[in-house]
Amino acid sequence: MTVNFEVNGIARSLTVDTRTTLLDALREHLQLTGTKKGCDHGQCGACTVIADGRRINACLSLAVMHEGRKVTTIEGLGTPDLLHPVQAAFIRHDGYQCGYCTPGQICSAIAVLQEIRAGIPSHATEDLMARPQATNMEMRERMSGNICRCGAYSNIAQAMAEVAGVKA
Amino acid sequence: MKFDRPAGHNPIDQLRVVGKPTDRIEGRLKTTGTAPYAYERHDVVPDQAYGFVVGSPVPKGHIERIDIRGAKASPGVIAVVTTLDMPRLEKGPMNAAYLFGGAEIQHYHQAIAIVVANSFEQARAAASLIRVNITGQSGQFDLSTQVADAPLAHGKIPPLDRVGDFDSAFATAPVTFDQTYTTPDQSHAMMEPHATIAAWEGGKVTLWTSNQMIAWARRDVATALKIPPENVRVDSPYIGGGFGGKLFLRADAVLAALGARAAGRPVKVALTHPFLMNNTTHRAATIQRIRIGATRDGKITAIAHESTSGNLAGGGPEAAVSQTRLLYAGANRLTSMRLAHLDLPEGSSMRAPGEAAGMMALEIAMDEAAEQLGMDPVQFRILNDTQVDPEKPDRQFSRRQLVKCLQLGATHFGWNRRNSRPAAVREGDWLIGMGVAAGFRNNLVTKSGARVRLGDGGLVTVETDMTDIGTGSYTIIAQTAAEMLGVELGQVKVSLGDSDSPVSAGSGGQWGANNATAGVYAACVKLRRTVARKLGLDPDMAIFAGGHVQAGGRHFGLADATRDGELVCEDAIEYGDLDKKYQQSTFAGHFVEVAVDAFTGEIRVRRMLAVCSAGRILNPKSARSQVIGAMTMGVGAALMEELAVDRSRGYFVNHDLAGYEVPVHADIPHQDVIFLDEVDPISSPMKAKGVGELGLCGVSAAVANAVYNATGVRVRSYPITLDKYLDHLPQVL
Repeated sequence: MTVNFEVNGIARSLTVDTRTTLLDALREHLQLTGTKKGCDHGQCGACTVIADGRRINACLSLAVMHEGRKVTTIEGLGTPDLLHPVQAAFIRHDGYQCGYCTPGQICSAIAVLQEIRAGIPSHATEDLMARPQATNMEMRERMSGNICRCGAYSNIAQAMAEVAGVKA
Repeated sequence: MKFDRPAGHNPIDQLRVVGKPTDRIEGRLKTTGTAPYAYERHDVVPDQAYGFVVGSPVPKGHIERIDIRGAKASPGVIAVVTTLDMPRLEKGPMNAAYLFGGAEIQHYHQAIAIVVANSFEQARAAASLIRVNITGQSGQFDLSTQVADAPLAHGKIPPLDRVGDFDSAFATAPVTFDQTYTTPDQSHAMMEPHATIAAWEGGKVTLWTSNQMIAWARRDVATALKIPPENVRVDSPYIGGGFGGKLFLRADAVLAALGARAAGRPVKVALTHPFLMNNTTHRAATIQRIRIGATRDGKITAIAHESTSGNLAGGGPEAAVSQTRLLYAGANRLTSMRLAHLDLPEGSSMRAPGEAAGMMALEIAMDEAAEQLGMDPVQFRILNDTQVDPEKPDRQFSRRQLVKCLQLGATHFGWNRRNSRPAAVREGDWLIGMGVAAGFRNNLVTKSGARVRLGDGGLVTVETDMTDIGTGSYTIIAQTAAEMLGVELGQVKVSLGDSDSPVSAGSGGQWGANNATAGVYAACVKLRRTVARKLGLDPDMAIFAGGHVQAGGRHFGLADATRDGELVCEDAIEYGDLDKKYQQSTFAGHFVEVAVDAFTGEIRVRRMLAVCSAGRILNPKSARSQVIGAMTMGVGAALMEELAVDRSRGYFVNHDLAGYEVPVHADIPHQDVIFLDEVDPISSPMKAKGVGELGLCGVSAAVANAVYNATGVRVRSYPITLDKYLDHLPQVL
């Protein structure tokens, strides 16, 4: 089956098996391997990408569901020579170790900061009538779908706080 | 280079690059998704087919028949290889379970077939069509029922070790303590599953894989495939987490090679995440009895630690008593390890094997004993510190600052604010508690080699089969070469994980940093002498700094030495008997504050501090990350991690990350780490030791002790989950 969608600003047309996940379409067909396959069933967050502005687990989504949509992967956020500010903050704060969950963490971090700016509440939001703030607990709660087994959480929190302009 | 005397002053001591908090040199690749992991290497060989591994549906039995007709006829299928196609493949010395071959099933999800197809979806679908007839056999799956009959475990560590007369000393001690603790089976649960791309060229095979120990992988692939080691190349530049789970060859590599041979084209294989729990290895559960006899003023006179774990035939025990032989003073000592036969998947190394589980028990016992004595647990540990190996008092520790770690930690953490009476501090709905534990892990030295090239423009390239599993090897190796050759960090390129490079220590047992950089040091010493001679300078006098070399008033650019071509030097660090003469270990003080909801029992970790004494810290930034990551794993072990055993069907039930819970962002607060300013000239020319496992050892007990201090409920069976303490919480109304 053919799917036409936009990946990192580039129009793509792929012929894929209907069983092909968005994750495998990116990694195996487009060879955009920055998006990682960890658990492959929605439990670890390593495959997080941004689809039409919202973060999703690419492993839980079939490629053919993305007809006409816009997908942003880690490769679309920055390059080694031109880093996104969140990528630079992860490097400065050592917000990673083995690096395998890192692209997912960064995609999530960028989306989380946007969600907070957009006023979307979370489980940790104490006052649902007030605008959520980028507090430590608010960000940690929203990042909790992205597992880092190396345990870089404390450093990721500092990287995100720096980008959000708040105290860690 | 032979290292058989304590290190004197050397170029590393300049600390121009080494010892500085340094961003990872591969950071731009990892954060942009451009660092290539095993399964992603589309560029290394064309025409890669997809393999999917089938695991045994039973834990023990004999395969009568495997029907592959449905799979063979499935669309896109190129080849099917089953375990009945060959006899058992020989295994390497560190594996207990067989990886493939033959009809006998030793554990659940043991690999029994691989399906190779043109696409991943086709391979997976065809794999589901394989039908297996197995005559099942009954097995042993419950450690608790095997304890009574478990024999002593013979292995590297003596199974029964006595010093003095424990029994008499314990019987006559004025204060005695005797408790039993359990730790569960735990999973490495690294983010990247085991994965390999295999390609044959005639009789030679290349494996692009994810493995911590390149030389072992090469050796064991050769053994399994019955080909000479020189016909095997292994390449593993990026590894998405290992924690010991990728120390030894696993089924992904063997089956990729077999699948590729059968398919006649390169094959890529990744184990599914559920296979991590039952197909690969885990940290084995333990049952540990600890007895402490002391004088009324708190001096330990007798200490015993006895542990039982289980494993498959050929597997070893979880060496949970190791630290108890070294950590505290006391004239009369007893340690023993027993090993039961279990038909669960193979128990093997997971981050700090032995000490991680052992400290989970020992450091609760120390907390309990201190309370029984009416002593502060920090003071009790300090009182029983030893500066010599308690079993061999003429053998000193090379460097041991446990007392300072505890004292400094207590000051920084505000330990004096702790109320020693449990369940006495309340903030609103929360019960607040603080806990402490010592941290302890040995420093192991082992031969490690490297090659250093000085090329055009003074560019330095380091090549070694050392791996970086997130530990920061790339960066500390670059720092070492930059320091030795007097160049900037950016002038150094580092190539890791390729079996064509000199054999290194590899990544395991927190030995990687010290040994691998010492190997680079050795190669750089050789290169410095070669450069000096090339430039006509006295090698003993030459000074390397700022991209220049000078001696006797003469001065050259480093690149001048390459005018006739690249200079290449290779060497290895090899150790004498300093690790026999001295006990080399690393130490920490772990401090934790928890809040426990007085109504629901929910435990929140609020503050964590580790103070570490671990020799020279080569890169304080990545070393700190190693420690906070280990502390995070320690929280997991304390509060949530447990592979649940199905005792009738014989497997780990919660074999994914939804059922096997590990800490997430919301569980982990800001963490503080302090490294004592320390060098250990006994360990290597780098004067460094390891920290990656030290950061884990003791943390879980500090959490457990904090929960006790908060609630007054002592849980001796990890993990500390609600079912074990909720109905014992203090009355709230």
